[in-house]
Amino acid sequence: MHKLTKAALTCHGLGRCFISEKHVSAVKIISRGLVSAEHGDVYDVIISGGGMVGSAMACSLGMEPNLAGKKILLLEAGNKKVMDRVPEAYSTRVSSISPSSATLLSGTASPLTSYQKESVWDACSDALITFDKENLQEEMAYIVENDIVVASLTKQLDSMSDNVQVEYRSKVVKYRWPRPHHMAESIPWVQVTLANGKTLQTKLLIGADGPNSMVRRELGIPTVKWNYDQSAVVAVLHLSEPTENNVAWQRFLPTGPIAMLPLSDTESSLVWSTSHQHAEELLELDEESFVDAINSAFWNNENQSELIETAGSLFRGTLSTMMPSAGSPRQLPPSVAGIGPKTRVMFPLGMGHASEYIRHRVALIGDAAHRVHPLAGQGANLGFGDVACLTQLLSQAAFNGKDLGAMQHLLEYETERQRHNLPMMVAIDLMKRLYSTNSVPVVLLRTLGLQATNMLPALKEQIIAFASK
Amino acid sequence: MYCRKVGRPLLGLCGPGRSYSRAAVCRQRALWLRRSQHQALSRHNSTRSPSQSTVDPDEVKRFQSLASKWWDEQGEFAALHAMNDLRVPFIRDNLLNVHRAHHPGKPLAGLRILDVGCGGGLLTEPLGRLGANVLGIDPVENSIGTAQLHASYDPDLRDRVAYQACTLEELSADGAEEQEPVADRFDAVVASEVVEHLADLETFAFCCSHVLKPGGSLFITTINKTNLSYALGIVVAEQLLHIVPSGTHDWEKFISPVDLERLLESHGFSVQCVQGMLYNPVSGGWSWTNSTAINYALHAVKPRDSLQPDRAEESCPHPEDHAAATHS
Repeated sequence: MHKLTKAALTCHGLGRCFISEKHVSAVKIISRGLVSAEHGDVYDVIISGGGMVGSAMACSLGMEPNLAGKKILLLEAGNKKVMDRVPEAYSTRVSSISPSSATLLSGTASPLTSYQKESVWDACSDALITFDKENLQEEMAYIVENDIVVASLTKQLDSMSDNVQVEYRSKVVKYRWPRPHHMAESIPWVQVTLANGKTLQTKLLIGADGPNSMVRRELGIPTVKWNYDQSAVVAVLHLSEPTENNVAWQRFLPTGPIAMLPLSDTESSLVWSTSHQHAEELLELDEESFVDAINSAFWNNENQSELIETAGSLFRGTLSTMMPSAGSPRQLPPSVAGIGPKTRVMFPLGMGHASEYIRHRVALIGDAAHRVHPLAGQGANLGFGDVACLTQLLSQAAFNGKDLGAMQHLLEYETERQRHNLPMMVAIDLMKRLYSTNSVPVVLLRTLGLQATNMLPALKEQIIAFASK
Repeated sequence: MYCRKVGRPLLGLCGPGRSYSRAAVCRQRALWLRRSQHQALSRHNSTRSPSQSTVDPDEVKRFQSLASKWWDEQGEFAALHAMNDLRVPFIRDNLLNVHRAHHPGKPLAGLRILDVGCGGGLLTEPLGRLGANVLGIDPVENSIGTAQLHASYDPDLRDRVAYQACTLEELSADGAEEQEPVADRFDAVVASEVVEHLADLETFAFCCSHVLKPGGSLFITTINKTNLSYALGIVVAEQLLHIVPSGTHDWEKFISPVDLERLLESHGFSVQCVQGMLYNPVSGGWSWTNSTAINYALHAVKPRDSLQPDRAEESCPHPEDHAAATHS
């Protein structure tokens, strides 16, 4: 659809993030004496960042009856995303949305493709695990295009303009934080200075400005982060024949996982995480060679050693004797015939977790608080989970007459979300490390582990439940 | 309107550590300290917060030291801040039972509430945020100043919350003089952590009845007069751990729910519910409990029947105001 270069994509992300290229030295206005906030412009909530998670937060707050009458503002540095009709070609950036996230987004009507099964298997062995809900009735997750989500959230925001204001092309250049105790002679609110010189005040600032969050940086919140030596290559794939495309496929290669997510009966989305070098090479290939590379990545067996294969099939045999009914019939992934024109892009991968999600009058949500590897399709979900949790807590606080920026409920938000997010992030990171190696003992371990898990429906249900939260 | 010359405002900001008893607000009133320089704020008569320009920078400094104590949520008044988790829903829900909410987001819109002994405005502000028009009164002018300053920053509150440095008797007496119409009276009176510091509860009950509309609600939170409250509230908190300075509370002034109920009923109120509250010093949080042995909350209603209040007035100790009503 649009030609995105590598550099532009680092700024693209599941949430919009501001990367100010130059530092603007703002004139610091020091207020002495009593400063009156009589000129209005004190918002109840300002959300910094209008990506998927930021817009969802704005919508969610705007629709909350207990927050009716509150002044809510969404600041977005980019342009307004307007989409009159769903474009015919799929765009590159997609996300996997769990059912609970879908519930949050419902009412903002984006066309969603759902998948009911997920098949994950190892390149170094034949071990396979299939996650499926009973009888393919319920959806496991949905694949949505990021652009469409943002556009439909934008449309929703337009319809609630008396509650929620949105300002596009508003870049924040400076934040000024309040003192923890209210002292006379100081403004107790967070002050946000925009590039156009306007200064706004707010009782609560929500930072939704992506993995390179300015809010987080300005607060000085220590962040645990590292770069995986990997980049993800994404593209839209045309399948060789139409099929009931309701399965998400992921194969763990030693260089990184390759995943195919269904978009329609004839198209799927590719997410291939691999080394930087390989990713660049893939981008350089012509279409045919690229398609060949994809197909061979899904089908090639050269990484399997004899030992592993034997051990694997022995184990599988044993298990099926013990539990003949467990395990689903093995399906085969579709093969790829072509790719969507100009849809091939890459972006670097990393892991990040802010040690604190909150400060006095500030909360971080989405990628600003946590950033994960795409292998589990959880990045957006964690963000939407933050939105749901924070909205509910703010609604309750407002109903109790509390100051929205008070620490009590912000601490509750932080505790609840960290408890949920950290195990997920650790698991994803472990998975990534576990599958990044070729060494025989590790491969053997993971092979047997995966097969055993595949045979235990109760365990798989737990995993699905955790990922769907 | 006049203000009693309060030449002895309280500073009584006692020792370090958390106050065990929630009567930190009233602790101030019990400790009368003379302050030689205090003159300027004796005339806080307006029901609107003054615009910023009339406040003296010297006063600001004084408010500053108080402000950091009142509004520091982890400071001395932490327990009072925490008590809002119980008090605000208690008041809100009981009022919503009677006045159904019409405004989403502002459940108490349209109601007038009087907060007696408001201190720094800890309870006044949440009620204002819920949409009510709240008047906070307190004889301690420094507290009123702090409360006004804190509320002045929030445009939401500026229109809905007002403070006055006076006592309930003065307010009620002013009303009697001017013969204020029923519409100027209040839908609810809140006296949280106040009655255990009053000398004359009869007068208090009478004045509450006077300023309330028929059908209006009275909310009281206070401390019970039991062995347990003596042991924990006085011995442990004041004498052993010195969390509360000695002499802040007079156990004799505590009142049991039964006695309070009897008193209120004799003034025509109908007590709707009494609920015990429990403070957990470890977590710093409050919870509702079945036992009213230490702290409790009470909700009473002034009946709508117009005859009842007259009967109450007849038995009140201010016969000169109602000479015509007495039987002679």
